[in-house]
Amino acid sequence: MKTHYGIYGGQYVAETLMAPLRELEAAYEDARRDPAFAEELGAILRDYVGRETPLTEAKRLSAHLGGARIALKREDLNHTGAHKVNNTAGQALLARRMGKRRLIAETGAGMHGVATATMAALLGMPCDVYMGATDVERQAPNVQRMEMLGATVHSVSEGSATLKDAMNEALRDWIASSDSAFYVIGTVAGPAPYPEIVRDFQSVIGREARRQCIGKFGRLPDQAIACVGGGSNAMGLFAGFIDDPSVKLVGVEAGGRGIETGEHAASINGGRPGILHGAKTMLLQTPEGNVIDTYSVSAGLDYPGVGPEHCHLHDTGRAEYTAIRDDEAVAAFDMLCRFEGIIPALESSHALAEAVKRAPALPRDAILLVNLSGRGDKDMENVRRWKSARAAAAAS
Amino acid sequence: MGRIEDSFARAKAQGRGAFIAYLTMGFPSEERSVEAAGDLISQGADIIELGVPFSDPFADGATIRAAAYEALRRGTSLAGVLRMAARLRAAHPDTGLVLFSYANPLYSMGLDAFARAAADAGIDAALAVDVPLEERGELLAALRPHGIGYIPLVAPDTPPARIAASVEGLENSFAYAITVKGITGERAALPPDLARRLDAIRAASRLPVAAGFGISTKAQAEEVCRHADGFIAGSALVKCLAEGRRPCLR
Repeated sequence: MKTHYGIYGGQYVAETLMAPLRELEAAYEDARRDPAFAEELGAILRDYVGRETPLTEAKRLSAHLGGARIALKREDLNHTGAHKVNNTAGQALLARRMGKRRLIAETGAGMHGVATATMAALLGMPCDVYMGATDVERQAPNVQRMEMLGATVHSVSEGSATLKDAMNEALRDWIASSDSAFYVIGTVAGPAPYPEIVRDFQSVIGREARRQCIGKFGRLPDQAIACVGGGSNAMGLFAGFIDDPSVKLVGVEAGGRGIETGEHAASINGGRPGILHGAKTMLLQTPEGNVIDTYSVSAGLDYPGVGPEHCHLHDTGRAEYTAIRDDEAVAAFDMLCRFEGIIPALESSHALAEAVKRAPALPRDAILLVNLSGRGDKDMENVRRWKSARAAAAAS
Repeated sequence: MGRIEDSFARAKAQGRGAFIAYLTMGFPSEERSVEAAGDLISQGADIIELGVPFSDPFADGATIRAAAYEALRRGTSLAGVLRMAARLRAAHPDTGLVLFSYANPLYSMGLDAFARAAADAGIDAALAVDVPLEERGELLAALRPHGIGYIPLVAPDTPPARIAASVEGLENSFAYAITVKGITGERAALPPDLARRLDAIRAASRLPVAAGFGISTKAQAEEVCRHADGFIAGSALVKCLAEGRRPCLR
C-alpha cells in the first residue's frame, strides 16, 4: 500500500502501533480484493445511507451571481447528514471482518462521531468517541445524537481541548487496546494506511459526481471545489477527477479571521512541514515545533494538520488550495438557505463561498462542482451566535 | 566506547542493571529539573533521559503530559532543553545523556541543526518516540556524523526479526523495551509474561536492553533487571517533582 505522498505521509507512530498498522494493512488489502466486502458495503451505502446522493444545480444562486453554473453534490442528504458515513461504513465493516469488538473515534464537529456511533449501533458494537471539550460545548446537538445512539462520549479538556487533543486521546486508547478495538479515523490524515483507506471509501463521492455531471451537463465540470480540514470530503471528490486534467481541483481551507491575523486553520496556506498524529504534513506550529491552537467558526475544519496527499497535490500543483474567512462562509451559508432552500454545514459553506467568489468572473457555460459535504442543522446556534457577536462588535 | 555503552558495562561489572532516569525538562522549572537530574545522578542514575516537552504527547500518561504542558507554559523549548543538557554535561562528565523527544520539535529545528546542537551540548544519544524503523533513515543520517547514537523502541509484540533490524548498525545505544502495550505511567503490577518477553528481546538484540513504562518502585526495577540490562523510570520521578518532593523510587 501507499505510505508516502511526495515528502508527506508515512508512519510516524510509537513502535507499539506498528503491529496494529500492519494488521490493518493486511486486512484492508484482503478486503478490497474480496467481492463480498464490496457487495456488503455497497448494500449498506444504498439501502441504509441512501446513496447515490443527487447532483443539484443551484439555479437561483447561479442566476443571482451571474456567470458559471453551480452544481452541488448532495452529501448532506446521506443518512447522518454528511459524507462521514461513507468512510465509517467501510471501516466498521473492516473492523468486524478483523474480529474487533469495539470502535474508537475522534471527532471535531461531531459528524464523524455520529457516523461512527451510527455504524456501531448498526453492527452492535460498543463505541467510544473522543471530543475536545470546546467542541462538546459548541456542537452540543451532536453529543446528544452520539449518546442517543449508544456511544460513550469522552470530553477531552487538556491541550487546546479541540480535535487534535481528541485524536491524541483516541490514539492513547488504541495504543493500549488494539488487540480488541478498531480505531476509525475520520479523515485522510493519520499514519499510513489510513489516508489511503479513507480516500478509497470517500471516492464514491467523486465517482458518482463525475458520472452525474456527464449525465446532466454532457461534460465534466471546469472546477471541483471542496472544503479541507483534514480533507476527506475533498479527497473523495478529487479522486473522481484526478485523471481529468481539464478539471481544476480546488481545496478550500478555513481562513478564520484571516490568514494575516494568525487566527485560522489553514494548514497548507499558513503552515510548514511537520509531523503530527503519525504523518508528515503541512502543520500549523510555533517556531519551536509545538502545534498551534487553530481557529475557525466551523469546528469540522479546526485541525492544525491536513491529509498528506493534499500537501502533495499542492506541491505538484495538481490542486489549488485557497482560504475562506468566517464572514465569507457565513454569507455563503445564508445565500444557500435563501436561494436554494438548503441549510449547509458551515464546513461546506467554505467550499460554497469559494464558488460564490469565482462564479461571476466565469462564462455562463462554465460549471463549478461544489461538494456540499454536510447539512447545517448542527450549526444553527453557531451561526446565530456568530452573527450576534459580530453585530455587537460593529455597534461598539 | 561511548558513555551509553560505558554506563551499561559499569552497571554490569557491579552486578546490577543500569538505572536510567527520565525527567520532563523545564518541569517544574528549568532550575528544578536540572537540580533533580543532578540529584538522581548522586543517587546512582547511570543515564539521564532529558524529556523535551511537546504540545501533543500522544504516547504519554497523565503525569508526564501535565509536566509537559507546564514546562511549555514556562516557555521550555528544544533549544532550552539542550542548554540544560550542556549544564549537566559540564557538571557530570561521565553520565550518559539521552534526549527523549517527539519527532516534530527535532524536524522543526532541522535535523542537521539539531544534531550539531545536541553534540555541542554533550548529548550521547537521541530517541524520538514516534519515529519507528521505517521512518528513521533521515534522522540517523543526521545524527551519525555527529557521533550521536539512536535509541530504538521495542514493543511487547515486536517480532524477533524486527528487533534485530531495529538495533542493526546502531552504536552507543540500547534497546528501549516497552514493558506494556500502552502509554507511559505508573502501574501497580507489570505484565505476567514480561520476563519471557524481555528474555526474547535480549536474545534478539545485540545492544543492551533496558525496560521502561510503568516501573515505579525499586522492587519492580529489581524484578525487571533479572531479565534486562537496565530499567527506565519516568512518571514516578516526575510525580515526585509534581508533589514538591525529591525525585526517588520508593
